[in-house]
Amino acid sequence: MSSAEVDRFLYREAWLLDHDRLDEWLTLFTDDAVYWVPLKANQREPLTTASLIYDDRRLLEIRVRQTTHPRAHARVPLPRTVHQVTNVQVVADDGRELTVTSSLVMIEYRKERQRVWGGLVEHRLRRTDAGLRIAAKRVDLVNSESELDGIACLF
Amino acid sequence: MPAHLAVRDAVENNTAGMPTLSADDIARLVEPDRVHRAVYTDPQVFELEMDRLFARAWLLLGHESQVRHPGDFFTTRMAREAVIVTRHADGSIRALINRCAHRGTTVCDATSGTTRQFVCPYHGWTYGTDGALESVPFADGYDPSAVGRSDLALAKVPRVDDYRGFIFASLADDGPPLLEFLGHLRTSFDDLVDRAPTGQLEVAGGVFKHAYRGNWKLVLENHNDTVHPAFVHASSIWAAREQSKSDADGYGEIAVRQMLQNGAPAELWEGTGLWVAPYGHSFMADYHTDSRLVTGLDHPVFQEYRAALEHRVGAEAASRILAMSRWNSIVYPSCSFMSQFRQLRIVHPLAVDRTVVYAYSFRLGGAPEQMFRDTVAFANVVNGTGSPVLTDDLEVYERAQHGLATQRSEWVYLGRGHGGDVRDEYETWRGKTGTSEIHIRNQLAAWVNYMTDET
Repeated sequence: MSSAEVDRFLYREAWLLDHDRLDEWLTLFTDDAVYWVPLKANQREPLTTASLIYDDRRLLEIRVRQTTHPRAHARVPLPRTVHQVTNVQVVADDGRELTVTSSLVMIEYRKERQRVWGGLVEHRLRRTDAGLRIAAKRVDLVNSESELDGIACLF
Repeated sequence: MPAHLAVRDAVENNTAGMPTLSADDIARLVEPDRVHRAVYTDPQVFELEMDRLFARAWLLLGHESQVRHPGDFFTTRMAREAVIVTRHADGSIRALINRCAHRGTTVCDATSGTTRQFVCPYHGWTYGTDGALESVPFADGYDPSAVGRSDLALAKVPRVDDYRGFIFASLADDGPPLLEFLGHLRTSFDDLVDRAPTGQLEVAGGVFKHAYRGNWKLVLENHNDTVHPAFVHASSIWAAREQSKSDADGYGEIAVRQMLQNGAPAELWEGTGLWVAPYGHSFMADYHTDSRLVTGLDHPVFQEYRAALEHRVGAEAASRILAMSRWNSIVYPSCSFMSQFRQLRIVHPLAVDRTVVYAYSFRLGGAPEQMFRDTVAFANVVNGTGSPVLTDDLEVYERAQHGLATQRSEWVYLGRGHGGDVRDEYETWRGKTGTSEIHIRNQLAAWVNYMTDET
């Protein structure tokens, strides 16, 4: 696996998110995937500590489907976003899955307000017949423990 | 009034250039079935609320498990005050104003921790966990000595009390005792505490701090509003219904079920019990029909839990405890909580159009750990800042605030169930049906009582 291939995968993921291609974005995830935005800094686990978002595949599908409902008040319109993905490093590779860390700076705009998010990201990318797929994505926002307005965007 | 006192009054009350609201002016803002928009939008009303409501009422600060041992502390807000809640060496719980008596710096910057003393970062003034000034650098400069002077201690919140481990405080020297203030709402706290097989609760699992650009009343009005789910949460109800069924009883199940429950039929909402009590409090009961969301009657984890509870209190008491079907209880004006999933929300007003809600989870002592995992799953979907459910509530609060800012229409109509409320036991009134707006009318009646009291 070349690092260029990993880069391309992460850039593609960001592009889908920034262009409201959420159905396609979902296809990047494995059936047993988890999408996790921890509440606490250095949070160790998601089951006995709350999370800003902790979705299994089923909840992630519901989250994406919700955006298509005409009365999805916080999501119609969806925030416009720019995901800036940098500092990509493959930190582990056991042959089946790669662990990839990266830095995310994301601009979110919706209804006269722009927010800037910064996060440290860890992907577990699984090699499948269809190519790389996300088995787990964790986004540690630098301000996860602060007082935050509602979060309707995806990181 | 001497000029410097007039300036002080204007600054402290933020009333410079503002006309003063008389008690009559305030009383006219609330009618039996409607309320004037100024109650949600007028900065002068908000400043008066800080003085007359939030600086008087008993406010929930937290739970004793947050200050279990001497030296433990956490910080919070009361009205405009920054407050430190500490467990002093003698075991008592104190609430101190977080402000050095010297030059005004906050002496505690952490949200929680354990300490012997609070040391001001500016000039090293050092206070005990009871607020007493224990040492001052360059002490010789003060004659008489500054150390031990009560006027140079950290200011105290005058009244601190607890009910079954829940810590309340009031910034007023006088007022109704806590037990009188809580009234029948005590039974909602009993319901929460009695469910713990060891009789102990523990704040655990992290705190959501979700903010919105709207008045603080909007969230408290919403927590007993049984009409809003079908509309506010239409998109998550629909998205959950469209999801293929799963036999799994894993992490996501609690979330999916709660989203579906928001789409319950109208008859269920009408049949929900909704009671109000003096001082603006209210609670819901008999709401949920989903057996996994109430204390899941036949779920194996629940059986294990029930056995633990029976072991401690006996089968009869356990049955009585578990038969309680309370949902959201509101203790006005500071909190909302529920026993079924051990959630508690504290409302902090920041400005007339800015509010932050702290959402806590509790672990029931002696219950199977899976029940706490269910609590966390429920917290994520109902109180999570990124939740598909909560985010729509926050959006609607902001739209309400936005609409209320317009001036052509002055009144908010609260007529649902008006005239049909019935007197019930324990100084409560019950809404005509579960969809009555009785809880909002009751909150505003209490609001008028506080706000027109000019003493």
